[in-house]
Amino acid sequence: MVLLWIILIPLMGAVILGALGQRNAGFSGNIAVSAATFFAACLMTVQVLDGGSFTAWHHELFVDTLNVFLVDLTAFVALTTSVFSKAYMQAEVRLGHLNAARLGLYHAMYQIFIFAMLLALLCNNIGVLWIAMEAATLSTALLISLYRTPAGLKAAWKYFILCGVGLALALLGTIMVYFAAHSVLGPHQALLWTRLYSVRGRLDPAIMMVAFVFLIVGYGTKVGLVPLHTWLPGAHAEGPTPISAVLSGLLLNVALYAIVRFKALASGGPMADWPGQLMIGFGLVSVLVGAFSLGGQRDLKRLFAYSSIEHMGLATFAFGLGGPLATFAALLHMTAHSLTKSSVFFTNGQVAQTAGTKDMDRITGIVDRNPALGWTLMASSLAIVGTPPFGIFASEFLILIAAAREAPWSVPLLLIALGVAFAAIFRRTQAMVFGAADGARIPTPSSLLAPFVHLVLVVVLGLAIPHILAAWYTGAARLVGP
Amino acid sequence: MTPWSSPIDLLAALFLLVAFAMLSQRRLANLITLYAWQGTILTFSIAIVAYATDSAHLYASALLTGLLKILLVPALLRRLARRLDVQWDRESLVQIPTVMLIGLGLVIFAFNAALPIAAAGHIANHAIVGIALASVLLSLLMMILRATALSQVIGFLALENSLIFVATSVTYGMPMVIEFGIALDVIVGIFILGVFFFHIREQFDSLDINHIERRED
Repeated sequence: MVLLWIILIPLMGAVILGALGQRNAGFSGNIAVSAATFFAACLMTVQVLDGGSFTAWHHELFVDTLNVFLVDLTAFVALTTSVFSKAYMQAEVRLGHLNAARLGLYHAMYQIFIFAMLLALLCNNIGVLWIAMEAATLSTALLISLYRTPAGLKAAWKYFILCGVGLALALLGTIMVYFAAHSVLGPHQALLWTRLYSVRGRLDPAIMMVAFVFLIVGYGTKVGLVPLHTWLPGAHAEGPTPISAVLSGLLLNVALYAIVRFKALASGGPMADWPGQLMIGFGLVSVLVGAFSLGGQRDLKRLFAYSSIEHMGLATFAFGLGGPLATFAALLHMTAHSLTKSSVFFTNGQVAQTAGTKDMDRITGIVDRNPALGWTLMASSLAIVGTPPFGIFASEFLILIAAAREAPWSVPLLLIALGVAFAAIFRRTQAMVFGAADGARIPTPSSLLAPFVHLVLVVVLGLAIPHILAAWYTGAARLVGP
Repeated sequence: MTPWSSPIDLLAALFLLVAFAMLSQRRLANLITLYAWQGTILTFSIAIVAYATDSAHLYASALLTGLLKILLVPALLRRLARRLDVQWDRESLVQIPTVMLIGLGLVIFAFNAALPIAAAGHIANHAIVGIALASVLLSLLMMILRATALSQVIGFLALENSLIFVATSVTYGMPMVIEFGIALDVIVGIFILGVFFFHIREQFDSLDINHIERRED
C-alpha cells in the first residue's frame, strides 16, 4: 500500500499545484508534497528493513535491495530541491528572468517528473518502466524550455527528439525481451521483473543479445553515454537550476538503473559476459570524452553537465566490470554523485544568479561577495572531482581497485581522465571563488541550506558508509550478478 | 494462422511501401496523408491477427490504433500544419534516388538482422519481422534527412508505428495496459510538441532545424 502512496502523492500534488498556478502558496505546496513523498518513502524503508523485499498492487509494484535506496535518494533529493527551488525561483521571478504565470506549470511538471521517476523505479513491469521514462522525458522537455529563450528552446527540442528516438529503440528492446520471455512465461507474466529473474537462464540468448543492444543504446541515450550524449549539456545548462539538479542527480540514475536491471537479466544466460563488455566500452568512452570536454567549457552549468557524462560513464563502466566489489562501488558512486552533483548545481545556480551571468570568465571573487556561498562552491567542486573525505573519493577509489583487478589495462585511462577532470574543474572553480570581487557583498541566501545538507551527507558517505546502506548495496550486487 | 498469413504478408509489404513513400515525399500535407495510410495498414493487420488468434485484447488494440492513428493524430497534425501555414511548403531533400538506395541497403540489413529473431519464434514467415525492422530503420533515416521540425516529428510517429507493427507481428501485441500507456504518451507528446512549435517559430521565425542549429546561443 505504501508503494502506491509514494507514487500517488506526487501525482495528486501535480494536479493541486497546477491548480494553484502562480500563487505564492505553490512554492510551499511543492515542498509539502515533496516532504509527504519523502515521508512515504521512509515508511517504505522501515517496512523493507523489517521484512525485506515485497510487491504490492497485484505484483505491479515492487521494492528490493536494488531500488530501495534509489527511491529514498530520489524522494530525498526531490525534497531538498523543492526547498532550494523556493528561494531560487522566487528570486528568478523577481529578477524578471521568469514570467510568474509559468509557475503553476513549473510546479505541476516538477511533481509529474518526480512521479515518473518514482514509478520507473518502483514498477515491476518493464513496459510500465518504459512508459514512465517517456513521461519523464515529456515533462522535463517543458521544464527545460521554461525560460522560452532561443537557447532553451533549442536545447529542449534536441532533448525531445534525441531522447524520443532513444526511447523508441528502448521500446524495441523491451518488445524483444517480452518476445523472448513470452514463450517461457506466457503473456501475462513475461513483463514482470520478479518473474523474469526466476527464468533468466532460459531466455533465448540470441534474442536477448539483440534486445540488450537496443536497450543500452535506448536507455543509454538518457544516461548520457557517449556518443548519445549530445542533448545533455544543453538540457542541463538552459533549464532552471532546480531542474538541472534533478536531471543530473536523479534522471540519469533512473535511466542507468533500467540498464542495470536489464544487464542482470541478459547476463543470466549462457553468454554472461558480453552485456558487461558493452557497458565497459560505453562507460570508458563516456569517461574519456566527458573529462576531455571539460577544458573547453565557458558556461558554468555546461562545465558540470560534462562532468555528469564523465561520472555516469564511470558508474556504467563499473557495472560493466561486474562482480560484488565493482557493483558495490558503482551503486555507491550513483548515490554519491547524485547528492554531490545536485549540490554542485544548487551552488552554481546561486552563483550564476548572484553574478548575473553563467560565463565563467566573468565570474570572480565569489568568496569576497559572500563567504558561505564561495566556500560551498569550493567544497562541492572538490567533492565532485573526488577529493577525500567526500563520498565520490570512496567510490572512485573502489572502482579503481576493481578495475585494477578485472581490467588492468583500463586503469591508466581512468587515472588520466580523473586527473584531467580535476584540473579542468579546479582551475575554473578557484578562479571564480577567489580573485577580485566585482560587486557588493550579498546576504547569505537561504537556498544554501540544501547544498549544505547534501555535502554533510556526502562526507558521511565518504568517511563511513552506514551499514544499512552497505547491506543494500551488497544485496543489490548479488542480484545484478557477474 | 496459416490461412491468414498471406493477407498479413500483403499488408506488411504495403507497410514497407508506405515507409518508402514517406521517405521521398516532399510536401507536408501529403506526408500526413501517408502517415494516415500507414495507420490504416497497421490497424488492419492488428485486426487480422486478432481474428486469427481470436483474442479480445487485440480487437481493442485495433480499435485504439484505428481511432488514434487514422483519425485523431492525422487530424491534429493537419490542424497544426494549417495553423503554422507550412502544409504546402516544399522541402529540399537530398537526392531522392540516393535516399532510395540507402533505404534499400537498410532493408537488406534488416532482413539479415531479423533472421535469428524469426528463427527463435513461432512466426511462419520471417519476412514480416524483417519488414518491421526495416520500417524502424527507414523511419530513423527519415528523421535524419528531414530539415523541418514538423516532418521530423512525423518521422518519429512513423517510427512508433513501426514499433507497434513489430510488436504485433512478433508477439501478437503487448499487454493492453502497455499499449494504452504508449498511446497516452504519444497523444501527450503531440500536444507538447504543438506548443513547442509555436514557441520555436516565435523565437526563430522558422521551423527549419538547420536554421536553429546554426544560430549561436
